[in-house]
Amino acid sequence: MDYVLLTEQFLNGFQLGIILFLMAAGLTLVFGIMDLVNLAHGSMFMIGAFVGGTIALLTGSFVVGVILMVPAMLVIGVVVEMTALRTLYPRDHLDQVLATFGLILFFNEATRLIWGPEGLVVPLPAFLDGIVSLGFGITYPVYRIFIIVIGLLVAFGLYLLVGKTRIGMLIRAGASNRTMAGVLGVNIPKLFSIVFGLGAVLAGLAGLIITPITQAAIGMGEDVLILAFVVIVIGGIGSIRGAFVASIVTGVIDTLGRSFLDVVLLLFLPANAAESAGPAVSSMLIYILMAAILFFRPQGLFPPKGAR
Amino acid sequence: MLKKLMGSAALLTLLAGPAVADTVKIGFVTTLTTPVAVIGKDMRDAVDLAVEHIGGKMGNLDVEIVYADDEFNSQKGKQATERLVLSDKVDIVAGYIWSNVLLASAPVVLGEGKILISANAGPSPLAGAQCNENFFNIAWQNDQTPMALGELLNQQGVKSLYLVAPNYAAGQNMVAGVERTFKGKVVGKDMTVWPSQRDWSAELTKVKSAKPEGVFTFYPGPAGPAFIKQYQQAGLAGDVPLYSVYTLDSISLPLFQKAGMETVLGTKMTQFWAPDLDNATNKKFVADFRAKYGRYPSFYAAQSYDSIMYIASAVKAVNGDVKNTDGMRAALKAANFDSVRGPFKMGNNHFPIQNFYERTVVKDADGNWTTAVGRAVLKGHQDPYASQCKMKG
Repeated sequence: MDYVLLTEQFLNGFQLGIILFLMAAGLTLVFGIMDLVNLAHGSMFMIGAFVGGTIALLTGSFVVGVILMVPAMLVIGVVVEMTALRTLYPRDHLDQVLATFGLILFFNEATRLIWGPEGLVVPLPAFLDGIVSLGFGITYPVYRIFIIVIGLLVAFGLYLLVGKTRIGMLIRAGASNRTMAGVLGVNIPKLFSIVFGLGAVLAGLAGLIITPITQAAIGMGEDVLILAFVVIVIGGIGSIRGAFVASIVTGVIDTLGRSFLDVVLLLFLPANAAESAGPAVSSMLIYILMAAILFFRPQGLFPPKGAR
Repeated sequence: MLKKLMGSAALLTLLAGPAVADTVKIGFVTTLTTPVAVIGKDMRDAVDLAVEHIGGKMGNLDVEIVYADDEFNSQKGKQATERLVLSDKVDIVAGYIWSNVLLASAPVVLGEGKILISANAGPSPLAGAQCNENFFNIAWQNDQTPMALGELLNQQGVKSLYLVAPNYAAGQNMVAGVERTFKGKVVGKDMTVWPSQRDWSAELTKVKSAKPEGVFTFYPGPAGPAFIKQYQQAGLAGDVPLYSVYTLDSISLPLFQKAGMETVLGTKMTQFWAPDLDNATNKKFVADFRAKYGRYPSFYAAQSYDSIMYIASAVKAVNGDVKNTDGMRAALKAANFDSVRGPFKMGNNHFPIQNFYERTVVKDADGNWTTAVGRAVLKGHQDPYASQCKMKG
């Protein structure tokens, strides 16, 4: 097994992890702070892709699309929170699952009505198209490096926001003990709106930056959402740091599994069995990891301090 | 009260009776929602055009098409089929894009003794051991097109090949088909999660590392353009020629044209039909389709058009007596109609014995991206499962 292949696959896993992190960061905050199971988070991923992609196509600039997507998603997120989700906080998780599943259906159908069933093709910006050599014979698509850089910048920005600012302090307080934070005079409804809007922006960003690779399609968020739930369970619900570490671990394990598991299985299985077992087992790997974490450390790798 | 109700019900049946006899009701199952609905739309447009071409009549019967949505899901497809057969009481069921949907739905139709015509899916079980006297496929058996592609690769002198395809019934058939005829070495094979996987970074990196002389792929619907785009982004497009089946079609080519992805031009595939195939029926079909809808028909459209003409030929042969299943079967077996693919025969397993052509992506005279048909790679080809079918020709 040569190191060039291994390094490139590691980068692929890292890039997948970055996308998962952008999804999981919002999801873990909403789940951890607001105690809301939000299945419609995947819809934010999709709406970000369609709205941002449309702006990019209209203005002819992907960068403008990314920049204008941020306020658009903030508005959409806050509106959804205020109109649809607010009444759900006191209800139990099953009601929230039902209601947010309804939101998924609503957003999918709305997207189909506006953009049609065929989805949206957003071309790569010219300056990000191409392959770059990283030395030692390793080559990698520029655009995927761009995704990694964006993700790391966002992660650093979130670290500053949550760790060093007043609003971050409130968010941490909410994640640790919501009731106590409320008693101490934190404006909980306003905090919830901000957190949900922030989550929508991050999910929308993830959806938009992956679109030049996968294209925007109706329901594109649902598969990522499942992975994102796995990530926040592994990382510890409510923890941004946990979401980051777990995203990268999940992305790398998933990619390396897809790449090398059939080779590994060949060592002790006949070729036919290895060929069919490979894809099946590799798609289960991250769930096996999640099960193991739940068994040995049910609160996740990095639970927020003082969380119940 | 009950008597009165039953009386009026009987009266209603009497009233409805003659009307039913004057209509042939065809259930058409395809995908009308989800992102792959673009395929369903192309098929529905072609069916509508076919009905228009025959003046809404099959023999002396009015044609009524009942469209049903399989939601790109085998269980939903089965339920849609059950509704068509049991509550809509259609005479014939046709359509089906997806092999897994067809495999789940076929027992429903065949169990009721009705005729089932696949307009696309051709999974191996229905061609071999589970072939059925009431099941007909008007498209192809899944393995045939990739078998032609394997032959094309031999002719092109490709010595090593990497296979990437989705892990479901049709994907497995496609890969098996290429491996049946390809004489070079298969240096790698990846079966990916279907339909959720849309990022092939890991697989494409493996392709790059394996350095094959060609790559074979099969991704129907919107997954195809995404795969080809990433193939280009990974820097493979210039180095390793990409060969595909059912991946580049009249639905995806305009998208590539819009995105200016020139590397797609010159890409080769194989198929039983092409928009520029030279016969009178096809010329009329393609010209009228383009005039009505402003785009080239895809192979899905061609097959759907053919299935309506196929059913019409059988309904005419039994003089509108669609309940005469034996007569219908004999007529369908004879397949006596002008197909857009030109002449072909029905095999003993009710799958076509037909030619497969080489197609190359080119720009047409107006600059639209389409394909140019080449020579027939396989002539009068029958699928490899026909011998496992107990029905005799």
